[in-house]
Amino acid sequence: MTLTQHAAGGASPHTSAGRSADRAKVAAGHRFPLKELGPVATLAVLVLVFSLTNAQFLTAGNLKVVLESSAIPVVLVVGLSFILVQGSIDLSIEGVMAGSSMLVSLLIANSVTGFDLGWWAILAGACLGSAFGLVNGLAYTVLRLPSLIVTLATWFVGLGIATLLFPGRQPQILDERLTRLALDKSLGVSALVFLALAVAALGWFLQTYTQFGRMSYAIGRDEKATRQSGQHVRFHKILAFVLMGLVSGVGGVMISAQLAVGNPAAGEGFLFPAVSAAVIGGTLLSGGTGGVLQSIIGVFILEVLRNGMIQLGVDPYLRHVAEGLTIIAALVVGNWSLRGRLRIVK
Amino acid sequence: MIPVLAATGIGKTYPGVRALHDVSVELRHNQVLGLIGQNGSGKSTLLKILSGMEQPTTGKIRLRGVDTVVRSPLAAASMGIGLVHQEQSLIPNLTVAENIFFDKPSPHRRFGIYNWRGLNREAARQLAKLECDIRPDIKVETLSFPDRQMVEFAKVLAIEELVDQPLVILFDEPTSLLSPSEVDDLFRQIRRLRARASVVFVSHRMDEVLEISDRVHVMVNGENVAERTQDTTSHEELYHLMVGSRRSDDYYQESGRGPVEAFEPRLVVRGLTAPGRFRDVSLSVRPGEIVAVTGVAGSGAEPFCRAIFGAEDGVSGSVRVAGVELGSSEMPDAAIRAGVGYVPAERKLEGVIVGRTVLENIVLTFGPQMGRGGLVNRKKETAQALSWINRLKVKTPSPVEYVERLSGGNQQKVSLAKWLMSDRLQILILDHPTRGLDPGAKADLFGVMRGLARQGLAIVFVSETLEETLGMADTVIVMRDGEVSARFEDLCLRKPRAEEIVEAMV
Repeated sequence: MTLTQHAAGGASPHTSAGRSADRAKVAAGHRFPLKELGPVATLAVLVLVFSLTNAQFLTAGNLKVVLESSAIPVVLVVGLSFILVQGSIDLSIEGVMAGSSMLVSLLIANSVTGFDLGWWAILAGACLGSAFGLVNGLAYTVLRLPSLIVTLATWFVGLGIATLLFPGRQPQILDERLTRLALDKSLGVSALVFLALAVAALGWFLQTYTQFGRMSYAIGRDEKATRQSGQHVRFHKILAFVLMGLVSGVGGVMISAQLAVGNPAAGEGFLFPAVSAAVIGGTLLSGGTGGVLQSIIGVFILEVLRNGMIQLGVDPYLRHVAEGLTIIAALVVGNWSLRGRLRIVK
Repeated sequence: MIPVLAATGIGKTYPGVRALHDVSVELRHNQVLGLIGQNGSGKSTLLKILSGMEQPTTGKIRLRGVDTVVRSPLAAASMGIGLVHQEQSLIPNLTVAENIFFDKPSPHRRFGIYNWRGLNREAARQLAKLECDIRPDIKVETLSFPDRQMVEFAKVLAIEELVDQPLVILFDEPTSLLSPSEVDDLFRQIRRLRARASVVFVSHRMDEVLEISDRVHVMVNGENVAERTQDTTSHEELYHLMVGSRRSDDYYQESGRGPVEAFEPRLVVRGLTAPGRFRDVSLSVRPGEIVAVTGVAGSGAEPFCRAIFGAEDGVSGSVRVAGVELGSSEMPDAAIRAGVGYVPAERKLEGVIVGRTVLENIVLTFGPQMGRGGLVNRKKETAQALSWINRLKVKTPSPVEYVERLSGGNQQKVSLAKWLMSDRLQILILDHPTRGLDPGAKADLFGVMRGLARQGLAIVFVSETLEETLGMADTVIVMRDGEVSARFEDLCLRKPRAEEIVEAMV
């Protein structure tokens, strides 16, 4: 599970001292630095290439497919962005999704147990996720364990709970209110896409307009100075993990709605794409950079890449190779300006 | 009139180190109080205590005539005490406005929700106090260093809105990274500030402290040794107080210098050339001899010394150590094997490994040789390292202290001890060994160098100043434009005048 980690490559204060040219550069692009347009350009190039090579790509039907398949990853990266911006990591996504998926499918009207809690079941799934997040956050901040190890452990706790809950035969979800979230379309897309949109908007608001969001950036860049300024660093960190747990729980509910069954393997294959999408978009593991919107761009880059290659009939294993290479390419482009300067990368 | 801030009998002890002992200072209304002292004299510790970052072990603080405990920087701010940090406290990936209000409540940030427009407007107003037009909505990391200092300044000044009383502003070595014209700007701001605040100004540059302060306190070894007013003291007096008895006539240990005995040369360099850096430089050094290589920037003195060690590319010529030709290897391995040690100028980058202990740093290069068959002889290497820590008087709370916690002079000694561990060390090359050290640490290092020479080591060093060259060296090589322009031998018999050396340099 080793991903590329970046040693924080802060520029020395001397390098820019007294250069008036810096001022000019600043004025030109302060809100949207050119560097951050890289992922958008990548996405645009991908769309262009696939449109030219495949007539089917740029059709309403196919774009809807891309949107549908992006819904769950988008929800996940909204939470993950805050975790990464703070300089932590959460690997427990798949375990939490599995636990939440099983819990929801057993509490809602289903083919195995006698429960029929309706919307309350969905709430229970979200609460289970938040509880996992709370445990992660407390173990990380109070016990001072590395988030990597804590969440690696809770990943397996979640998988274990999901397997323990599994009754021996697969619970079919009978409550149509849940399954219709994935099936009924308005404006051509399912309710899950609108849910993802709402979560993204909420994430953007949190990041831009709240103390929690702003402090997440401060923590990721300079935790010590943040603490010395009297900020509640621990509180904001726990909050980020609870948010991450919540969106993982919601992700579990969403996958249950799509599959219409409870499945302990529901979360499989969501962690790596979520982390790589965030990193491709510019939310680097070193913390303090990127954000919700950047990570979502990263999701679309990966989804468009996958969709386009499937349509071109690219071999599935070759697709994995291409996705891996895309991640490396995105990192090279994103960090180009930081090369040299005796920077040590671990 | 009662002083704004009075600290009496302040003491601070860290495990193993007494940082402050019975220090009393008094800050009067609308005055600038200067604090000077060498590195490690306790100036910064005192500021940390006054600003609530540290708690004193003994003593008390009276603020505007009332006994006060400053529990945290935040509490200090609410009392009207602000610290302008030496290492800036700004968060680079946040905007200027956010940074200014980072540690204080703002009406534009209620219930954790930001009102950006209000916050930016308020920040612009704070910046306007300093007559500076930095945009409040850009990220701090895009600003130049002096601009960041202005933001840091504005951040402290914004405390004014929180308290009714005039502010106390503490400056922790604000000038150390500024150019002279930027220092002038800073002083202009401080003078303006003085009308509505009282200022404590800490620096180790005497002329600056003298220029800006009304009164000056001199600190030595965590104690307050003298208090002077600006008009009754002088540069020389402060210097004398600061360096104390160590600044004797024999600062450079010249009494230890005698004629170098006529042994066979330990190091013989013939016609060393590196295109574009230096040409045809020859040199011979006898055991016990200290050679200073000097020249203005770009004279080739530094690359020449590195080339002896084998750390320069594309060098031709001959280097013989104790009769053994090193060959034109570009790697230092051959030189190290022959007994050449090299202490680089960039301590932090090349000299010591930050994040490792003093002991680990000392045994780094030659420790493994004391073992056998690839195994480390921990006992032997530790014993020897400890003996060097003692002999060089490395000031460290413990041999397993992280090396970056030591003062610059002591780091330099660790860097030296690493080479002294070698049982075949013949020649030591030091590149600007006193760079960044305070006068006391320099004198200490000169003593160590002289002592090593007396034990028969041959030393070549690139010196930082002319005084150092004249005081330390037995032989001086002056370089200009990559060539040797003058040689002065046996300085103990006839010391060249400074002008003679300068003449050869330019």
